[in-house]
Amino acid sequence: MSLGEGLRMAWRALAANRMRAGLTMLGIIIGVAAVIALITAGQAATSSVTSSVQALGSNLISVTPVRSAGVILYPEDARWLLEVVPQIRADAPLVEASVTASYETVSWSTTLIGTTPAALAIEGRKLAAGRFLDAQDLRLDRSVAVLGQTVAQNLFPGRNPLGQTVSVNGTEFTVVGVLQSVGGAFGANADNVIIVPISAAEWVAGTTELTGIEAEARSAAIAPLAVAQITAVLNHRFATTNAAAVISQDQILSTLSTVTATLTLMLGGIAGISLLVGGIGIMNIMLVTVSERTREIGLRKAMGASRRAILSQFLIESALLSLAGGAIGVVVGIALSLLLTHLLGAGGVSLSAVLLALGFSLLVGIVFGIWPAANASRLDPVQALYHS
Amino acid sequence: MTDVVRVEDLRRTFRTGAIEVQAVRGVSFAVTEGAMVAIMGPSGSGKTTLMNMLGCLDRPTGGHYFLGGEDVARKGDDALARIRNRRIGFIFQSYNLLPALNALENVELPLVYRGLAAGERHLLAAQALSEVGLGRLTSFRPYELSGGQQQRVAIARALAGTPDLLLADEPTGNLDSASGEEVLDLFLELHRGGRTLIIVTHDEQVALHCERIIRLRDGEVLLDQPVDARQRRTKGDLGSRAVAP
Ligand SMILES: Nc1ncnc2c1ncn2[C@@H]1O[C@H](COP(=O)(O)OP(=O)(O)OP(=O)(O)O)[C@@H](O)[C@H]1O
Ligand SMILES: [Mg+2]
Repeated sequence: MSLGEGLRMAWRALAANRMRAGLTMLGIIIGVAAVIALITAGQAATSSVTSSVQALGSNLISVTPVRSAGVILYPEDARWLLEVVPQIRADAPLVEASVTASYETVSWSTTLIGTTPAALAIEGRKLAAGRFLDAQDLRLDRSVAVLGQTVAQNLFPGRNPLGQTVSVNGTEFTVVGVLQSVGGAFGANADNVIIVPISAAEWVAGTTELTGIEAEARSAAIAPLAVAQITAVLNHRFATTNAAAVISQDQILSTLSTVTATLTLMLGGIAGISLLVGGIGIMNIMLVTVSERTREIGLRKAMGASRRAILSQFLIESALLSLAGGAIGVVVGIALSLLLTHLLGAGGVSLSAVLLALGFSLLVGIVFGIWPAANASRLDPVQALYHS
Repeated sequence: MTDVVRVEDLRRTFRTGAIEVQAVRGVSFAVTEGAMVAIMGPSGSGKTTLMNMLGCLDRPTGGHYFLGGEDVARKGDDALARIRNRRIGFIFQSYNLLPALNALENVELPLVYRGLAAGERHLLAAQALSEVGLGRLTSFRPYELSGGQQQRVAIARALAGTPDLLLADEPTGNLDSASGEEVLDLFLELHRGGRTLIIVTHDEQVALHCERIIRLRDGEVLLDQPVDARQRRTKGDLGSRAVAP
């Protein structure tokens, strides 16, 4: 018996019981659609996180002092670091504080970042309007501020913030620039900032301690060396083995992508379980089908069908059932993925997820069809034929 | 003449738990090519059990069965499936047509398992259907046909593969006498065409159409006699004409 003949037979058997076939397929449809949609969501998260980290500047190294080890850095340490570590091209000290910014009657919780003009290039950010901090601002101790998109939109809805005065924890700043959004649903925090000259931030925060230093390696290739060098000089200076957490953007990226890959795998796995449940549904229905069609099996055997022919007949039937469910599931899954992509602003349908889901559904049909089909093929012709 | 069927001391014992039923206990006979033989006997005498073994649906627990000179009593499942497919045409009391298939497709069934291409199958099946006088009902489903017509489709199915041996287990058992006569006429025609036929029946009238009657009782051959030429019917006759007013 040829495969074409088997497919034709299976198609007729399924068509004869449409309602049942449809309900059985539903399990596979849901499973496959879920696998595709969730993998798409996971990959959207990955690409979104990756792109927002990459937007931070390609050779970024962040240095965070370990306070519990008694390590405290001050603004002049940034200048010192630039001198003693030849692998870095620029660096910027950071003083951060959680603050409430207000304009007229509107208040907004945000993060104040005090830094130097070098920070713009190091973080690889761009201006949407106005200018960034400059050397004059620092030298003359000007109270100027550059707003992140989120802050600008919330304090100045539909208005131009440039030239306006915002109050940050009671201290007034003149807005001189607005940053472009770094984009991505998961990168929202980088847009909720107010950047001011470091001395002004020290005043607002009431401390001259740095939250950290951001440095830029001379090249991506040299970044690991820069990380090692920064670590070494800080450890040496503070006579400890863990003066600071020194992390390059590469490391952040690889850590994050491990996390998101795990997330994607988990989501896919959860969806895979529903496919498995769909497979059990198929097995159940195939067992019912085989027992209902015992006489037919007996007759086919009497007409000369070999065990193999009966086995493949029912195996093809269950495989077709789950593959058809898989195909419908792919259509539903792609529709869901497009919707998710639209909502998250990232992602896109993953071809590998589609192929994986289809392949898995075929596998499920065969694996869960084997037992019922083997039962059918093992039936004794006489007993099957005279089965009532 | 060559023997199509020869059984020697054929036995079949069923075991269900502690209970043992000897359904066929040492049956021997031979059937020559072109013969038309009736097997008779009371209910439970082992007729169906014997037929299932002759049809290679079941294996004997003892003795020998030579089909066309070859001992098939100990063959494996696949070999038996192949023999059923190519060398035996089986006709059942309850027709056993598949309701989802039309007449032509039902007749094609054994040819499917022979691996024939669709075109060739259609041709052979259509031929077999016209041989049983149903050439024009090829696209009818079983439920659209009368019992007699259904049994003729089943006969066409048995014929389509040009088997060496036709086996019929109470082929007229479910039919009224008029339909039964049609079926008997068909068997007589096949017999005249040189086919080898073994027919199990409860009906003495049916048996009188055959050349020879083997009578079973309790799984053994009680009598094995040719039918008296004077009594022999050569035309389907189950008394339906006599009953008519
Ligand atoms: N699968 C089986 N398991 C146990 N006993 C069986 C089995 N098949 C048949 N028998 C027994 O074997 C004996 C012969 O049965 P068989 O069906 O061959 O008789 P039969 O002559 O065809 O009867 P009938 O005229 O009623 O069809 C009976 O006693 C029956 O109960
Ligand atoms: Mg019987």
